[in-house]
Amino acid sequence: MRLKGLTLGLAAAVAATGIAAPAVQAADTQYFPLFTYRTGPYAPNGIPSANGIADYFNYVNLKHGGVGGVKLVWEECETGYNTKKGVECYERLKGKGTTVVFPYSTGITYKLIPNADKDKVSILTVGYGRTDASDGRVFPWTFTTPTTYWSQASAFIKYIGAQEGGMGKLKGKKIALIYHNSAYGKEPIRTLELLARKLGYKLTLLAVNHPGQEQKATWLQIRRERPDWVLLWGWGVMNQVAIKEATNIGFKMDRMIGVWWSGAEQDVVPTGDAAKGYKAGTFHAAGSDFPLIKDIKKVVYDAGKGIPGGDKYVGQVLWNRGMVNAIFATEAMRAAQKKFGVKVVNGEQMRWGLENLNITAERWAELGLKGFMQPVKNTCADHEGNGPVLIQQWDGKKWNIVSDFISPMREVVRPLIEKSAAAYAKKNNITPRKC
Amino acid sequence: MGEIWEFILAPVLIFESWQFGMEVVISGLLAGVMYSLVALGFVLIYKASGMFNFAQGVLVLFAALNLAGFIGLGIPIPLAILLTIGIMILFAVVVEYLILRHLVNQEQIILFMATIGLAFFLSAFGETIWGSDVKKLDVGIPQGRFEPFGIQIQYLELTAGAVAAALVTGLAIFFNKTKIGRALRAVADDHQAALSVGINLRTIWIIVWAVSGIVALVAGTMWGAKSGVQFSLSEIALKALPVLILGGFESIPGAIIGGLIIGLGEKLAEVGWGPYVGGAIEDWFAYILAMVFLVFRPQGLFGEKIIERV
Repeated sequence: MRLKGLTLGLAAAVAATGIAAPAVQAADTQYFPLFTYRTGPYAPNGIPSANGIADYFNYVNLKHGGVGGVKLVWEECETGYNTKKGVECYERLKGKGTTVVFPYSTGITYKLIPNADKDKVSILTVGYGRTDASDGRVFPWTFTTPTTYWSQASAFIKYIGAQEGGMGKLKGKKIALIYHNSAYGKEPIRTLELLARKLGYKLTLLAVNHPGQEQKATWLQIRRERPDWVLLWGWGVMNQVAIKEATNIGFKMDRMIGVWWSGAEQDVVPTGDAAKGYKAGTFHAAGSDFPLIKDIKKVVYDAGKGIPGGDKYVGQVLWNRGMVNAIFATEAMRAAQKKFGVKVVNGEQMRWGLENLNITAERWAELGLKGFMQPVKNTCADHEGNGPVLIQQWDGKKWNIVSDFISPMREVVRPLIEKSAAAYAKKNNITPRKC
Repeated sequence: MGEIWEFILAPVLIFESWQFGMEVVISGLLAGVMYSLVALGFVLIYKASGMFNFAQGVLVLFAALNLAGFIGLGIPIPLAILLTIGIMILFAVVVEYLILRHLVNQEQIILFMATIGLAFFLSAFGETIWGSDVKKLDVGIPQGRFEPFGIQIQYLELTAGAVAAALVTGLAIFFNKTKIGRALRAVADDHQAALSVGINLRTIWIIVWAVSGIVALVAGTMWGAKSGVQFSLSEIALKALPVLILGGFESIPGAIIGGLIIGLGEKLAEVGWGPYVGGAIEDWFAYILAMVFLVFRPQGLFGEKIIERV
């Protein structure tokens, strides 16, 4: 029992801030605000995500003395996965030397995008957020690196096509999308509908209200429709309930594919054996069998300098993804330092670093993450990068990658992005940049 | 015109496949039972003190958290259940000692506000003690399904139905056949009159909060077995509210019948009308259904008609 929970909570709060964050950025430190949700219904997902970022920053300081000799400092602000609180966090912390934020919520991202330009703060949304913000001509301050929901949706259809024996075999197939009834959950609908018209499969849309504790009616409809495949776009308890209900009605687990936010240990472990065979998208490897992650364990946790109780999350899917956020930010910072010949980078320089992010296979290997992710390369017009997606499968104990990297249907997704971004630009009187 | 009729009759048309129609009905009724389990806790406290306990949903979570936590520590299930019951009784004593006794004769809104504070405290306290991770709760309730006549029925929901029946029977006996039960009813009818005949109000409150805590444990166990124990479990109280509106705040049979009507109604609506209007209508439909009943019976199906002299 965590009877020492209160102490732990306080200790976590202090440790998570690493070096106590200054009220304003010191001349020799780089400041990062972290929007976290360590409390509330989505805390089981929020904790490993936040720890992944904080642990990597902590590691960089301990192992390398920071980035280019500049120590990293960070400060957590609890959003509870609540958009209003997220905006409050942003307003409170943006003046402290913030150059980039990780909103960790599609709802918060939508609210922050209009402010990014005037505040000179980049918004880095790794695997979530507003997909059409990938068009850097309209959204110069927003980065959806390394892939988006629309890319993922198209990659899922490609995967399903391959499983069925070819894309031509999708005609007449039934695919159901069970989605969180929110901006996040609705993101893939447009892509899936377009592909349904193009490829001839029948798409059934089933919304589930927050928090998704009760889904009986949804799964009764699955019983009636008998889809060939189910795509799950859930978050938090919605995922566990969906997996359990799927088992209850006898739906084959290996024909159910979750979005990458429905594919963490937190989604499958509580359901016991029910989740065996369940698949989910991802854009990075699972597990801790990488030199960098092993070193983080050694340098941060074995040395007793980690977040109390945080070692159990190291190597989990959401922790790994949090680490990816931190790597993108520090690599962008490193590139900006080199380009502008500065130590501490400002908002515009950080934005340049993100826009010119180029993590090659060799660089991933140098970082100690060989084979962990595909190379990532942003451009002025394309803030998404390449966008390849993997499929992972739960074997009852761990996630295993069961596909090669699947390239999204860029020929479908990119025009959708550009069209949607152009509409946003028109509505908001934005003149797109020339790239 | 045909399409309009097709829409209106959608919940009925699902019976074109009678097996599927029956599945919707059975699932709806059994889901309703799960709501009733939560609603019962509200009813018990309201009956005895006229207090709407905003913390009841969190109480469900807190009970389930303790049970899952104890089982997670390797404590045998029967002992873990007993320990959790002990905690719920202790909690009732603490609530009476720290809150209720100081609020005797206060306005109902004051009592209600106190339970809001209690809800926030209890939620944070549970999180501090047991952490935020989702916990698996396995108390041996059979999982899986069986299919008589091609109609799929879940063991878990059937178990919930049986447990609810046993619980209601037990509560009915407790309220009607025991001395304490009669005292509880006396307090519910009139605090002052009950005090004047020597009934100890504080003891009664402890008993009723303890019983409500045990009912919360039953509800939390059923819901926890279904979805794991996590903090969104407290939001299940929102599912109990339309049940209370419909069944009446002070009727145990009302909580059960209300639950069945809400469960059945929302499932028929979601499966029938949902596909026409984008889905996810069951939550608000439950409230609409309850409000329709409210128009005709403001006190709820089984609530007592309020007659006040002016």
